[in-house]
Amino acid sequence: MKNWIDRQRNIVDFTLSSLLRRKKKNAALIFVYTLVVFSLSSVLFFSQSLKKEASIILKEAPEMVIQKIVAGRHEQIPTSYIAKIEDIRGITELKARLWGYYYDPVTGANYTLVVNEDSGLSPGTIAIGNGVAKVRLAFKGDTIEFKAYDGKIFELEVREILSPESSLVSADLIVISEEDFRRLFSIPNDRATDLILRVANPRELPTIALKIAERLPDTRQVLTDDILRTYDAVFNWRSGLMIAIFSGALLAFIIFAWDKASGLSAEERREIGILKAIGWETSDVILMKFWEGLVVSLSAFLIGVILGYIHIFLTSARLFAPVLKGWAVLYPQFKITPFIDGALIASLFFFTVVPYTAATIIPSWKAAIVDPDSVMR
Amino acid sequence: MRKSTFFSLFILLNLFLLALVFVYSSFRQRADRIILEEMGEMTRRFEITDLCLFTEANYTRHITQADLHTPFQDGPFSLEHFPSGAIVPPPEAIKRMNEKLD
Repeated sequence: MKNWIDRQRNIVDFTLSSLLRRKKKNAALIFVYTLVVFSLSSVLFFSQSLKKEASIILKEAPEMVIQKIVAGRHEQIPTSYIAKIEDIRGITELKARLWGYYYDPVTGANYTLVVNEDSGLSPGTIAIGNGVAKVRLAFKGDTIEFKAYDGKIFELEVREILSPESSLVSADLIVISEEDFRRLFSIPNDRATDLILRVANPRELPTIALKIAERLPDTRQVLTDDILRTYDAVFNWRSGLMIAIFSGALLAFIIFAWDKASGLSAEERREIGILKAIGWETSDVILMKFWEGLVVSLSAFLIGVILGYIHIFLTSARLFAPVLKGWAVLYPQFKITPFIDGALIASLFFFTVVPYTAATIIPSWKAAIVDPDSVMR
Repeated sequence: MRKSTFFSLFILLNLFLLALVFVYSSFRQRADRIILEEMGEMTRRFEITDLCLFTEANYTRHITQADLHTPFQDGPFSLEHFPSGAIVPPPEAIKRMNEKLD
């Protein structure tokens, strides 16, 4: 065993000296490789963690949303629709929901306005998300002006600022009273944005949805499962976010591995020839090349993964912010909870270290089995 | 110091940092549970259906509630032009509603 370890150490010593001889080239190689691992791990950490957070938060979302569709577009729903379906067995809660968007010409931001009966807000008062407070520089007790549908301005007092920790769901929210909401957008009392319901047994949801579709043919039903699957798709490997960042990194990696696999430089071939001429066996040369591949790929992998982690979880994905922000004025500042596991790291290792190490060995084996005389010539 | 010893120490240091990443993650998961529960509670209280990730357009703000025409609502020839529209797929409920044509 000791002999085996000594042999490996000697070969590693030789490999490292050989790598240091081509210092600049190998430093550039490790830098690019680290960058590839960094971007891949950042995307995977980001998407896996947000997917998990979305599944935890949104499982509390309404179990079914019923939207009225007119000519393919979402319209306000008559509250009389409640009476048509409330007797369906299994429904435990059924109510009209009022919500909408408000474009603020002062800041250029879009807010989400929601009506909540249980918030205890009296007409003339609102609760705002942390993002709204930031863009409007508003504090508790301040008033915010809103332009109603008829151009009239009315002021609402900020009664509460929602916690900054909850920005992922509430950054752009404005919780408003029903009276103010209807006055702002001129929504008649017998209309709502949509209906929401909760059921006793979630397994009955598809059956209840089917019954509702029969009784209200001009509606569509969005189930919790659809909501969760939509977010799953956003952070899925097939999604745009992944493709946009992942494909660039993957292409770079393929070119990189291809360059390695397609052959060795004349200098490297001569080195192998000399080693064989002084008595190295083919297995020694392959072992040396294996260590060379491993030194480069393992170093790049470990540094890349650790930097990717720091990027996503300690700097709140600072480099991805412009991608997610787009043209938005109001953007939530949120900390991502690190949901990572061994399988994720293992798959990253498998996709980055293994192909590169394999790609280094094959051309070396080809060079090592030819006659040293012809390699050196 | 032999180069192989230096390299082993370097790898060991990185493996230690990687182990630290797992320890820190599990610590943060426990610490953030309260915040996640608070957000879940807020979701239930305000009947929220979406995360506030992309606020630039209404159909990217509430991606599960969008209808078939939203990306084109600014005008008949107004193609999707918001950056986040390029990375957000259509909602699952819409996909389910339409038959496959091919």
